[in-house]
Amino acid sequence: MSSRIIGQIKRVNGPVIEASGITDAGMMELVHVGELGIVGEVIKLEAGGAIIQVYEDPTGLKPGENVYGTALPLSVELGPGLLGSIYDGIQRPLEEIRNLSGTSIQRGITLPALNREKTWHFVPSPEIPEEVSGGLCLGTVQETKHLLHRVLVPPTLHGRLQYLAEEGEYTVDTVIARLETEGRTAELTMMHAWPIRVSRPVRERLPFNAPLLTGQRVIDTLFPLARGGTVAIPGGFGTGKTMTQHAVAKWCDADIIIYIGCGERGNEMTDVLTSFPDLVDPRTGRSLMERTVLIANTSNMPVSAREASIYTGATMAEYFRDMGYHVALMADSTSRWAEALRELSGRMEEMPAEEGFPAYLPTRIAEFYERAGRMETLGGWEGSLSIIGAVSPPGGDFSEPVTQHTKRFIRCFWGLDRQLANARHYPAISWIESYSEYVEDILPWWEERETGNFVTNRREIMELLHREVRLSQVVKLVGPDALPDSQRFILEVCTLFKNAFLQQNAFDDIDRYSTIEKQARMLDIILSYYRLGSAAIKKGITMVELKRIPALRDIVKMKFTVSNENLDRLDSLAIKLERQLTALEGHHD
Amino acid sequence: MTEKIDLEGVQKTLKTGIEYIGLHRVEGPLVFIRKTHPVGYRELLQCVDPKGNIRLGMVLDTTADMVVAQIFESTTGLTLPDTRVRFMGESLTLPVSEKMLGRSFNGLGRPIDGGPVPLGMEERDINGKPVNPTARQYPRDYIQTGISAIDGMNTLIRGQKLPIFSGNGLPHNDLAAQIARQAKVRGTATDFAVVFAAMGVKHDVARYFIRSFEDSGVLEKVALFLSLADDPSIERLLTPRTALTLAEYLAFEKDMHVLVIMTDMTNYCEALREISTLRGEIPSRKGYPGYLYSDLAELYERSGMLAGFGGSITQVPVLTMPNDDISHPIPDLTGYITEGQIVFEREMHGRNIYPPVAGLPSLSRLMKDGIGEGMTREDHPHLSAQLFAAYSYVKDVRNLASVIGEEELTPLDHQYLEFGEFFEGQFVSQAKNEDRTMEETLDLGWKALKKLPAEELHRVTEEELMEYYEG
Repeated sequence: MSSRIIGQIKRVNGPVIEASGITDAGMMELVHVGELGIVGEVIKLEAGGAIIQVYEDPTGLKPGENVYGTALPLSVELGPGLLGSIYDGIQRPLEEIRNLSGTSIQRGITLPALNREKTWHFVPSPEIPEEVSGGLCLGTVQETKHLLHRVLVPPTLHGRLQYLAEEGEYTVDTVIARLETEGRTAELTMMHAWPIRVSRPVRERLPFNAPLLTGQRVIDTLFPLARGGTVAIPGGFGTGKTMTQHAVAKWCDADIIIYIGCGERGNEMTDVLTSFPDLVDPRTGRSLMERTVLIANTSNMPVSAREASIYTGATMAEYFRDMGYHVALMADSTSRWAEALRELSGRMEEMPAEEGFPAYLPTRIAEFYERAGRMETLGGWEGSLSIIGAVSPPGGDFSEPVTQHTKRFIRCFWGLDRQLANARHYPAISWIESYSEYVEDILPWWEERETGNFVTNRREIMELLHREVRLSQVVKLVGPDALPDSQRFILEVCTLFKNAFLQQNAFDDIDRYSTIEKQARMLDIILSYYRLGSAAIKKGITMVELKRIPALRDIVKMKFTVSNENLDRLDSLAIKLERQLTALEGHHD
Repeated sequence: MTEKIDLEGVQKTLKTGIEYIGLHRVEGPLVFIRKTHPVGYRELLQCVDPKGNIRLGMVLDTTADMVVAQIFESTTGLTLPDTRVRFMGESLTLPVSEKMLGRSFNGLGRPIDGGPVPLGMEERDINGKPVNPTARQYPRDYIQTGISAIDGMNTLIRGQKLPIFSGNGLPHNDLAAQIARQAKVRGTATDFAVVFAAMGVKHDVARYFIRSFEDSGVLEKVALFLSLADDPSIERLLTPRTALTLAEYLAFEKDMHVLVIMTDMTNYCEALREISTLRGEIPSRKGYPGYLYSDLAELYERSGMLAGFGGSITQVPVLTMPNDDISHPIPDLTGYITEGQIVFEREMHGRNIYPPVAGLPSLSRLMKDGIGEGMTREDHPHLSAQLFAAYSYVKDVRNLASVIGEEELTPLDHQYLEFGEFFEGQFVSQAKNEDRTMEETLDLGWKALKKLPAEELHRVTEEELMEYYEG
């Protein structure tokens, strides 16, 4: 702990503390409060006084105790060793804390986020110009088998390179380079600190050009997310927000996953911690934990650290993006973060806007989602940061402030539907309420692939789903018998599509992840049943006969029976379907 | 060498010796004291009224010249000039021991059954400490409650927090008591205990629980913490905390499997709102404080299993939804923290179905990892999914029937209605002392599915159909 006393506690009434006698504290400065050394941050300065938000339980703090300054803003450590770790909201390593203080988290513990003893094999870049600037790659470390960690010059530095370490084993705090910058010498190590509330600079923003594939059919096919895009998942409790977040975290094709458990259940983080190491990334064949950083600030952990956890995660995500990787950040749930803002704002006795939330809520939400994007980094690579934020609207009512403001700053919306969840239709993403503005952006990407008529198929099925809504309203009034077979067949096809395609079992070894090739062919089969069936109905075949064809049962089960590796079986299924339908017509003639 | 003096300890003892005479202001359960020594946030205090009665309190707001504290018991009889206050230098602790089983306490943990104060083995801070997520163990062992609506459809897992969302006049107490009586983990002889926390419930309700424990002969395994309807509302804020402190001791020191029943959480939240309003805090929804979520999480998250420890805490909080409204802040925020919920439906209760567990909104989040082959039976996951799906369609058919009349329905829809009747009347419905085994529950589920043609059963495999449907 630093020994620079910057003032004394004046008042304690929760996680917001008033201090007096403040002389040289800086705004957003990281401070230690009281003799326990509780971590806090200066959030307001006034003549002689300051308001400090503390990140640990303030029980026992007394007026008159000292406040110690660090002269640094609240920052995270960035360097090799982040992957596979689990941190709390202010980047304290939870595994190490457990070794030190047992099952519960003691207060006042400060531990380095990155292991200082562990050595990494550093390989300097072969050709480095004499003048270097932020983002330039000094060398690399093979952090995991599949991730090459690029050691970059910190974004704000530039100067003349005087020394670069040779290939060898170094700890993260060993000096590996020296820069002469404006007459001073800056010593660089493999790690550096970055303030969490400041987004890391990039060279320029790039337009979206590819989807972030998740292996979830309803997402990839109907409501795709672009690499670098932003999406919100709102849903009442029990509709499967966390399940959807987990599924995306497990199977999406990002290089790095940052998973923030923000004010959610402790057991959910334990679930991730126990299941991820055993799951295998389908693309690299390695454990999923090797590409994941977890930030756990569960609901019973201090509320201000919940507020900070979102920024801690975003800063780590930007760091990996700067190395030229595709990063996906999951925040579960942004509503808890907004509530933390509300609680702190209330403690500061600020004037509330809607439902007690502070008036700056939309600004904060916008700032957070704007950290996403597909970027050209300072080092000249292409990297992206996609943000997937869960929203927990009170009472499942999407008209509340957090959902509404979030909707203004995202371009993709996966609305979870209570009715679907009640019928155990998972993922319960509503095809009526959800949308994706990225569809147009990534059309060229689809057209380049050999995926048949995917683009037109997608349009057709969306149209059918919307027609189904109107038709089922009619059915609700007059019963299904009032509709002609051609229209009842639409209802039938939509039911088939929901059962055989949209529903996806996250616990089934085959079904949990579908490649886009499988998705495209499954969609194709279902639509050919529609097209051929509609034609047959015109020729006088009844719907009952159409429902009886044996291939239909295979279609319903194809998601479980056909694995991503042998898609040929879908082709033979398509042929079987066509043959049976033709036979039906022949029989009729 | 001179002996090192424990300066801090001496200072603490000296300070607890200081007595302040006179209060500045009293407002409901809040007292304001001026010009004290620096007092710690959440510090415990003793408030002695002119007659010499001691009441406990906790510091909520502390500055150099004014301390605001809430008194856990009634503030009736306190006077401004003659009340004496002592600050204890630490937060409220509970002495805990195994001897507390079989006894009754008030919300502060003091015996109310006439017996002596149990000798505490250990003093524990009643607020607990947040558990490090890396130290948790993911719960996977199911508990057989003998109730089909729970075992079959919303399986309870050891270490889970599964609340009952009920309404006034619905049989939530019967169900909670039945769970406490019948809960067992099969194939293991384990040391179990029940910790029962009553907040603002009526005397006869408390007596009902005590009798029910007595009748089944488990009373010596039950610790009761009772803060009844006529006790000061503020005591309700402490009741679940003291109860959970004992539960944690039993589970993680004595390796017991503890079932904690907390009823009624609605009263707890009302007490919280009362204090918050008195303190003049900015309210969020329906006047409840903005920190209601965090506060409830502090309670509900004190459950689960810890890696390397033998015991577990399973929570069954009971709450009555005001006006049966599930989107009311109390059930809503609870649902966001707990691992599922058992929801009661008044309409089913009206049709004499006990337990009136609504099929669709009820959910157990931990069920998926605790059922199936090697745990319950291999067909369980698909069977429950199929029952849910079919029952959900029954609801649609009933809506349709109410518009166009039952005669107009297709033959298939009629079969669904029959399934619905059987499901509610035979599967969900059971006697208050009926203890079904898991096999009985699952077989009954298949019996319900036999009301439907095999082509409708998309969520079960061919093999399961062969074995359980055809057979």
